[in-house]
Amino acid sequence: MFQFDRQKICLSIGALLLVLLPLLASLAGEPYLVSLFSRILIYALAAASLDLILGYGGLVSLGHAAFFGIGAYVVGILSFHDFEESALIAWPFLIPGSDSALVAWPAAIFIAALLAVFVGALSLRTSGMHFIMITLAFAQMLYFFFVALEGYGGDDGLSLFSRNTLPALDLGDDTQFYYVCLTLLFAFLYLSARLVKSPFGMVIRGCRENEKRMQSLGFPTFRYKLLCFVIAGAAAGLAGALNANQVEYVSPGLMHWTRSGIILIMVILGGSGTLYGPVLGAAAFLLLEEVLSIYTEHWMLYFGPALILVVLFARHGLYGVLVGKEKRHG
Amino acid sequence: MLLVIEQLLNGLQLGVTLFLMSAGLTLIFGIMRVINLAHGSFYMIGAYVAATVAARSGSFLLGLLVALPAAALVGMLVEIVVLRRLYKKDHVDQVLATFGLIMFFNELTRVVWGRQPLFMDVPSWLSGSVELIPGIPYPSYRIAVIGVGLLVAVFLYLMFTRTRIGMQIRAGASNRSMAGALGINIKLLYTLVFGLGTMLAGLAGVMAGPILAVEAGMGESILILTFVVIVIGGIGSVRGAFIGALLVGMIDTLGRAFLPAFFRLFLATAHADGVAASVASMSIYILMAIILVWRPKGLLPAHT
Amino acid sequence: MAEPLLRIENLCKSFGAVIACRDLSLEVAEGEVHALIGPNGAGKTTLLNQIAGDLAPDSGRIYFNGQEITHLPLHRRAHLGLARSYQITSVFPNLSVAENLQLAIQAHQGHSFRFWRRGLSDPQLCAELELSLERVGLIKRADDLAGNLSHGEKKQLEVGMALACKPKLLLLDEPMAGMGPGGTVEMHKLILQLKRQMTVLLVEHDMDAIFALADRITVLIYGEVAASGTVDEIRNNPIVRQAYLGEEDEPC
Repeated sequence: MFQFDRQKICLSIGALLLVLLPLLASLAGEPYLVSLFSRILIYALAAASLDLILGYGGLVSLGHAAFFGIGAYVVGILSFHDFEESALIAWPFLIPGSDSALVAWPAAIFIAALLAVFVGALSLRTSGMHFIMITLAFAQMLYFFFVALEGYGGDDGLSLFSRNTLPALDLGDDTQFYYVCLTLLFAFLYLSARLVKSPFGMVIRGCRENEKRMQSLGFPTFRYKLLCFVIAGAAAGLAGALNANQVEYVSPGLMHWTRSGIILIMVILGGSGTLYGPVLGAAAFLLLEEVLSIYTEHWMLYFGPALILVVLFARHGLYGVLVGKEKRHG
Repeated sequence: MLLVIEQLLNGLQLGVTLFLMSAGLTLIFGIMRVINLAHGSFYMIGAYVAATVAARSGSFLLGLLVALPAAALVGMLVEIVVLRRLYKKDHVDQVLATFGLIMFFNELTRVVWGRQPLFMDVPSWLSGSVELIPGIPYPSYRIAVIGVGLLVAVFLYLMFTRTRIGMQIRAGASNRSMAGALGINIKLLYTLVFGLGTMLAGLAGVMAGPILAVEAGMGESILILTFVVIVIGGIGSVRGAFIGALLVGMIDTLGRAFLPAFFRLFLATAHADGVAASVASMSIYILMAIILVWRPKGLLPAHT
Repeated sequence: MAEPLLRIENLCKSFGAVIACRDLSLEVAEGEVHALIGPNGAGKTTLLNQIAGDLAPDSGRIYFNGQEITHLPLHRRAHLGLARSYQITSVFPNLSVAENLQLAIQAHQGHSFRFWRRGLSDPQLCAELELSLERVGLIKRADDLAGNLSHGEKKQLEVGMALACKPKLLLLDEPMAGMGPGGTVEMHKLILQLKRQMTVLLVEHDMDAIFALADRITVLIYGEVAASGTVDEIRNNPIVRQAYLGEEDEPC
C-alpha cells in the first residue's frame, strides 16, 4: 500500500503548490509566474482531455488542437461581434455577440463538441495509421478554413477587446483568472477520474485492449468511442476558450498541426493513461521551452533529438517516475 | 476555355509533385507499418541542397544531381539511426519520434541557412514558355515538372512489374511475413525503400524550389496533402497514390481557380470570394471525407 | 421437429483461391452439445467466425433462434444470445481478471453509458462477478492482470467471459488446446456443468473429450460437411474413420 500513499502524497503536494502559486510568485517578486502558470493550467486541461482518448481509449489523435482552436475562436468571434455591436447571426433569429464568460464558454464547449461529433464520426470508422492521418487532415482543414476567413482576420487572427466578464469576478486580474483556470482544471480532473473508473470508462479501456473482443462481448464500440472523443473535444474547447482569454488574441495558428503535436508530447512526456501525468507534462514542456529559449534561439535543435531519446529509452513518463509505478492509473 | 486548360495543367503539376511525395511515403507506411511525419523534411532538404548548389555553381542540373543522392543518403541514415528502432513500437511513439525529427531538421536549416527564405531561379533553358496547344503559352519549367513526374511514374511502374527488387518490395507491402519467408533481406530492403522514398521526396522538393520559396517548414504543408493522397489512395498502394495525387492536385487547383466565379453567380462579389476561398481550401478534405465514408481503406488498398 | 437454435444454409466463404466453406449447411438443436471436428484447415474456425460475426460469408444464410443474423454486426448477435471464446486467447491483458469479467457482465446488462459511479458499486454486478470468478476458479487471482495469468488460466477466463454473457449458444474454439492435463480436467468439468444450461457448439481436437461431452458431432473436411450424427454414428462412420479418425493414431 506504500505506493498508493506515495501517489496521494504526490498529488496533494502538486495541488497545494498550484493553489499557493500566486502567493509564492508574489513572495519571490516574480508576478510574471502567475500568467506563465495560467498558460500551463490551460495546456494541462487540453493535454488531460487528449489523455482520455489517447491513454484510455488508445486512439492516437493528431488533431486535438482543432478543438482547442475552435473553442478559442468561439470566444474571439462572440467578443468581436459584441465589440462591433453587430449580429453574429441575423436570420432566422438574431444572435448577438457576447463578452460574458457564462455565454461564451459554454458556447465554446458546445461548438467544440459538435465539431468532435463530425470529426469523430468520420475518423473513428478507421483505426491505426489511418486514424492518425485523418484526424490530422481534418484539423488542418479547419486551420485553412480560418486562414481563408477574412471576415475574422484570416491569417492575422483576431484581437479581443478585453477578457470575458464573470459576475463578481474580474478575469482581467491575472490572479483571479489563474484561480478560475485552476478550478476548471481540478473539476475536469475529478470528473475524468470518476469517468475512467465508471462502467463507461471500463468499456473505453476495453476498446484500447481489444476492440474486436469488446464487440463479440456485445458492445457497440463505435458509440462509446465517439462519445469519449466528443467529451475530450469539448474539454479541449474549454481550454481553447481559456487560452483566448489569457492572451486576448486568437489566430489560425492555434489549430496548426504542430500544436496538436505539442499537446501529444505533453501527454506522453507526463505519462499517458494517468490523467495527472499530462498536467505534469504540460508544466515540464512549457517550463523547458521557457528556460531553453533563454539560452538559445534554436532550442528545438536540442529538443527534437531529446524527444527521440525519450521515446526510444524512457517511455513511462514523468508521472510514472514520480509516483514510482509503471502500472496505469485506475 | 484557355483558362481551364491552363488550370488543368497547373492541377496536373501539383498532382505529379504530390505523387512523388506520396509514392515513397505510402510504401514506407505499407511495408514498414511506421507512421513517418518527417517525410516533408526530405522534401525540404532536397530543395535547400539544390538551391545552394545551383546558386554557387550556376547550374540547376548540378543542383538536382547533388540533391537527389543527398536526400537519399540522409534518408537512409535516418532510417538506420532512428526509424529502424521504431518499427516494433506503438504508433504514438512513431509519431513523437518523427515529430522530433521534424523539429530537428527545421531548426537545423534555420541554423545553417538562416531564417530568410532562399529563392531558386528557373534554369535559363527552361525559362521561356511553350505553346502546347496553339494559342496557349505555358511555362516550359512547369511542363518539365509534369514530364519528370510522369516519367517517374512510368519508371516506378516498370520497376514494380518487371524487376526483382520491385517484386520484393510489392511482396513486402502486401505481406510482410511472406517476404521474410521468401528469403528477402528485410533490413536491407527497408533501408533501400526508405532511401528511394526520401529521394523521390527530395526530387519533389528540388522541382518545387523555383516555384515556391525554399524555407524551413516548407515540408509540412505538402506533408498534410500527401497524407490526404495516401488516405484516398489506400496505404501501401503506389497506383492508389497516383490516382489520389492527381485527384487532389486537380480538385485543389480547380477549386481555387473557379469557385469564386461559381459563387459570384448567386452571392455579392465580396462575399462570394470569401466563401469561395474557404470552400476551396477545404475541398480536398471534403473529398477525403466522402471517400472515407464510401471506402474506409481508400480506393486501392494494398492490404485486404 | 422443432426449429433448431442455429440453422446454417448453404454457407460459402473463400479467401482468394482457398475455399474455407463450400455450400455448408448445419443445424444445432437447442440444449445439445454439438462438436465440430475435422483436420486442420477444414474450416472449423472460419465457420465459427462467420456464426459469431467476425467474418462475413460470401453467400448463404445463418438463422439463430428463428431470426436471420447473416448480416448483423458482432455486438447485435451477442445481444441475441451468442457468445464465443477464441482459439488464440483474447482476454484484455492490461485489465485485471475481475475487470475482464466485469466487462462481460456489463455487456450483458445492456448499455454502459453510466459515467459516475464505479461499476462495482452496483450490487447486482458485484454478485454476478463473484459467481463468475467462482465458476472459473479464479477467485484468488481476481486482482491480477489478465496478462500475467498462465495459459490455462487465460483459457478459463476466456470461457468465463463468454459465460458471463449468459448466452443461449456458446461457441467454444479449442478450449483445451495447449492446456496441461490438470487444466483439461478443469475445462472438461466446466463444460459438463454447462451441458444442461445452454447449447454449446464446440471445436476441439481432443477426441476423448469430444466423445465424452458431445451429443452430436459434425465432421468438416475441406469446408464441407462429411458426416453429421450422434456420437455412435460418427464413431462407426466409415468415411470418418478413413478420412479423419485414421489420423488419430499419429502422435501429436
